[in-house]
Amino acid sequence: MLMYTLRRVLHMVPVFFGATLLVYFLVFATGDPIAALSGGKPMSDAVEATLRAQYNLDQPFWVQYGIYLKNLLTLDLGTTFSGQSVNDVVARAMPVTARLAVMALAIEAIFGVVFGVFAGLRKGGIFDSTVLVLSLVVISVPTFVLGFVFQFVFGVKLDWTSPTVGPDAGWGDLILPATVLGLVSLAYVIRLSRTQIAENLSADFVRTASAKGLTRGRVVLVHVLRNSLIPVITFLGADLGMLMGGAIVTEGVFNVPGIGKVLFDAIKIGESPTVVAVVSVMVLVFVVANLAVDLLYALLDPRIRYA
Amino acid sequence: MRMNRVLKGVAVTSALALALTACGGTSEGGEGGEAAGGVVTAHNTEPQNGLIPTSTNEVGGGRVVDLIYQGLYSYDADGGLQKELAESVESEDNITWTIKIKEGATFSDGTPVTAQSFVDAWNYGADSDNAQNSSYFFETVKGYAQSNDDGADELSGLTVVDDHTFTVELLGPEADFPQRLGYSAYMPLPEVAFEDMQAFGQAPVTNGPYILAEDGWKHEVQIELVPNEDYEGPREPANEGITFTIFDNYDAAYNSLLSNELDVLGEMPPSVLANYQDDLEGRSVSKAYAGNATMVIPNYIEEFQGEAGQLRRQAISMAINREQIIEQIFMGTKEVATEFTAPVLEGYSEDIPGNEVLEYNPEKAKELWEEADAISPWPEDKVLKYTSNTDGAGNKEYIEAITNQLRTNLDIKAELDAKATFKEMRNLVGEDGLEGVSRAGWKGDYPSLYNFLGPLYGTGAGANDGRYSSEEFDAKLQEGLEADSVEDAAVKFNEAQEILFQDLPVLPLWYQAAQAGWSTNVDNVELGWDGKPLYHQITKGE
Amino acid sequence: MPENTENIVRNEASPNDVKRAGKVSRRHIPHFVAPLEETPLQAVDSVNETADPLSFWAEAWRNLRRQPLFIVSAALILLIVVVSIFPQWFTSVDPRSCSLDNARGGAAPGHPLGFTYQGCDVYARVIFGAQASVLVGLFTTIGVVIVGGTFGALAGYYGGWMDAVLARLGDIFFALPLILGAIVLMQLPAFRENQSPWTVTLTLVVFGWPQVARITRGAVIEAKGADFVMAARSLGVSKFGALVRHVLPNSLSPIIVVASISLGTYIVAEATLSFLGIGLPSSIVSWGNDISDAQISVRNNPQILFWPALALSITVLSFIMLGDALRDALDPKSRKA
Repeated sequence: MLMYTLRRVLHMVPVFFGATLLVYFLVFATGDPIAALSGGKPMSDAVEATLRAQYNLDQPFWVQYGIYLKNLLTLDLGTTFSGQSVNDVVARAMPVTARLAVMALAIEAIFGVVFGVFAGLRKGGIFDSTVLVLSLVVISVPTFVLGFVFQFVFGVKLDWTSPTVGPDAGWGDLILPATVLGLVSLAYVIRLSRTQIAENLSADFVRTASAKGLTRGRVVLVHVLRNSLIPVITFLGADLGMLMGGAIVTEGVFNVPGIGKVLFDAIKIGESPTVVAVVSVMVLVFVVANLAVDLLYALLDPRIRYA
Repeated sequence: MRMNRVLKGVAVTSALALALTACGGTSEGGEGGEAAGGVVTAHNTEPQNGLIPTSTNEVGGGRVVDLIYQGLYSYDADGGLQKELAESVESEDNITWTIKIKEGATFSDGTPVTAQSFVDAWNYGADSDNAQNSSYFFETVKGYAQSNDDGADELSGLTVVDDHTFTVELLGPEADFPQRLGYSAYMPLPEVAFEDMQAFGQAPVTNGPYILAEDGWKHEVQIELVPNEDYEGPREPANEGITFTIFDNYDAAYNSLLSNELDVLGEMPPSVLANYQDDLEGRSVSKAYAGNATMVIPNYIEEFQGEAGQLRRQAISMAINREQIIEQIFMGTKEVATEFTAPVLEGYSEDIPGNEVLEYNPEKAKELWEEADAISPWPEDKVLKYTSNTDGAGNKEYIEAITNQLRTNLDIKAELDAKATFKEMRNLVGEDGLEGVSRAGWKGDYPSLYNFLGPLYGTGAGANDGRYSSEEFDAKLQEGLEADSVEDAAVKFNEAQEILFQDLPVLPLWYQAAQAGWSTNVDNVELGWDGKPLYHQITKGE
Repeated sequence: MPENTENIVRNEASPNDVKRAGKVSRRHIPHFVAPLEETPLQAVDSVNETADPLSFWAEAWRNLRRQPLFIVSAALILLIVVVSIFPQWFTSVDPRSCSLDNARGGAAPGHPLGFTYQGCDVYARVIFGAQASVLVGLFTTIGVVIVGGTFGALAGYYGGWMDAVLARLGDIFFALPLILGAIVLMQLPAFRENQSPWTVTLTLVVFGWPQVARITRGAVIEAKGADFVMAARSLGVSKFGALVRHVLPNSLSPIIVVASISLGTYIVAEATLSFLGIGLPSSIVSWGNDISDAQISVRNNPQILFWPALALSITVLSFIMLGDALRDALDPKSRKA
């Protein structure tokens, strides 16, 4: 187990370089950011040339990437077009997004599994059908619409919470965006746990457990649930990464000063240092989350062993 | 059964916890707004450059730079010049200008604002080594070419006479030169700026009605401005500071305004144009500003060249029902264009000969199009592409409306060619890569007809997206620049527009108007000539 | 008791297994097996030994066609497919003939669902939008399941370096923001010239497969340790054969669940891409385009959003139901005699 973990940690190195290279290339491929910097106003060729040199855009791709890597080794992530250190930008936005992602994940996990268990215990019942219809709404309405409706209803009309997130983005402010962010994934978690529960209810070990005289509650909680969690955990693990970086729309709708907002702005203007830095951090989150999930497999199912 | 009760308990408890924390959220949010009594919170977008006058060329940075710097002039609500540091700006031949500045003004670090502060800042802005986005504002100053291309560090046309006087020598006569001096590119900079401009851009030392609070720029979050006690001038702050909250999304900003957390929103999202006046119960204003929207028809596209091209340009113009689009898409918040500039400018005329081509006339349009086809046929199956970036709010809606009208009225294929980012679209324009018409618009840098014509339609001009070129037009522009007075110049500029109406390098669509709304906490919100709120005069009750 | 083929094979094969190769335990292991006649489960577990054994797929089909869930969902999907292929059978109105005269208008004769922001007929657009949306949703799902399923199954089953390479490749792709990737892909000349449901599908597959790969990998890791796999292997089934015939069928259920929901989210993702100008061009009518265009109408004319979203919901619902039915039929664990 320890060896396995160690090896997985070592895997991060090629993943990290692969990802930064790919991202750097993608941003590079979106084209020259200089024309947009001028805002459509006139700009002389000489100024353009100087700007290109300033951001190393006059260099071939490999040289640009090499310079980026060199700076990365000294933990310098570069500067934004507005002259801000990318380290600072990421350091400020990361905790906000992390809070948002953790809350969304908690909402997904708790409500998803609870609703899923209820739905699975009474497959085809009223609760199951209601949950299905609500899931359909969540799936069929894009986040940018759903977020807007939630914001308007809960933030403006009912005034339960602030419609947008304040500058410090505290836990309380993030409830509404976290809920919206978690909703689509919630639909997955509910369906996944529902199916697994329903399936495992008829499994041999459940009958054995019931036959042993265990209460139904204990059977469901200890035996059925535990054996149903692997797909759910897999999904949640992968989702954490999505939430950390995929919150672009939600963060925009609720004006959350997090990574998604930073990333979206940077992609729009072609600010490669920022995009690469953010994506690199996301890669790390993914790799760590996936490792955690793999280790959890072994805990949930003793049959799974890692050499 | 017991099981169900346990799980129900879990669900109820978590719902309760959620509700409780939600309440916590409310009080936190409320306090955030109230703790800053007298400080106005306003919407803004993230500045794309450091807060340096000559590198700021977009709205997000412009809103801040205008407030923290004091130049020679500023513009009042109607675009009229009001003196800031200018004592006098005079010239006998409209070529060499003598500028005298007021004595006693200081930057927030205590150093005096002198003639040198202006000359250094302008030299810095013009020098291509410094890669300033707005360097083209100095292109008519003598020595610009040398400074821009050949490595000279200074504009030879700028001379410091004494501490409070300097002269500017231009390449040719320009009657409206003083009018442009209120633009942010012409602001002075303190000595400390030149030590490390990048660091300065993050925490500038300035002389405007406001200064940046200590550590005031939290990127992507907010920009805090506090009143500058040493400021003297026409824009004396009536509030205790302005905090710009950075938004990406106008709908979010609008909802924040509705719940009284945001005090001022200077632009309404397209989704609320129909209802913002009712929502805000009188706390809103709509005002035409110096800006327009046009459709560029590039000269390098074969079907739009020659006589047939002329006819097609006219046909397209007459096939667009501008009034209906304004009514149905913009809910009446714009004004139909009657020429190429904007109505708030001095010298604007709505009766320029040739402007009947802007009137909606679908029958005539169809006739003209067929006439053009008789000369050289429009290729079968050719789609008229209308290129636009769709990351700006409202572009997609109006362009789809136009292409719908073109399809119906001209019986051709016309489609929106969406580009995801402004960057992609500008690159396409820059390499003459447009395959059809494209979206364009101009927001005046300073209130002058010339600013709407020269940079856009002059041969080889930087923002001449359609690569229009007409000797006749260039000559008229030059005549206008050389005129003795702004009034005489306007006559020439409007004659130049007659030429544009014949050639139709772009089709004017409508004039812009800005809609602003404010919370119940503030008063006295007025929009300036450029559609930006006049932040300094907003008052906020305790 | 589930009618578990593997169990039965094991019960019958072990006592008189003659050709058995490989390591055999020398330790004496006591077995206490009740004579068959004594167990009351006999009736349930008994197998009709005279009938020809059905193949896995034939048996699945036999189970499937008897389910009402399957019949309803199949009928709905059939309807959706017919609408997608022959929209002109359902309306004679041109979905792209729009006039601002009708902008946001309510229902009118011949226009039962009213008009959009641009004054297009909502009903016609919902009917004609099915094609592009169903294409994107269906083929993205198929593509993602094929690519992600294969990679995930190989990674989870073989482990070792295969897992290291495939799973880590998934991590890299998963971490890339879809928007960035889509912007780049859509700028490639081949894509820019031929924007269509297929380019959108390809983009979504390229950036969507890791999710299914993760799920498959997890399910395969769980299933490969099961007794019946060992049994199959010890019976001489090849390693790959065991994956295909025993591990995968037992891992299907989470994949089906995720895929059937994803179908809907891909259609919505197309809406988001269109919204950002990197999805379908507006010359192609699609639910996604209409949903994203309806965003600005949400407050004042929510019905413009409602109809395409409803069409999308029904599609997703029918595929979720089909998924449920399929899962019940394919997954050995949930088969009932």
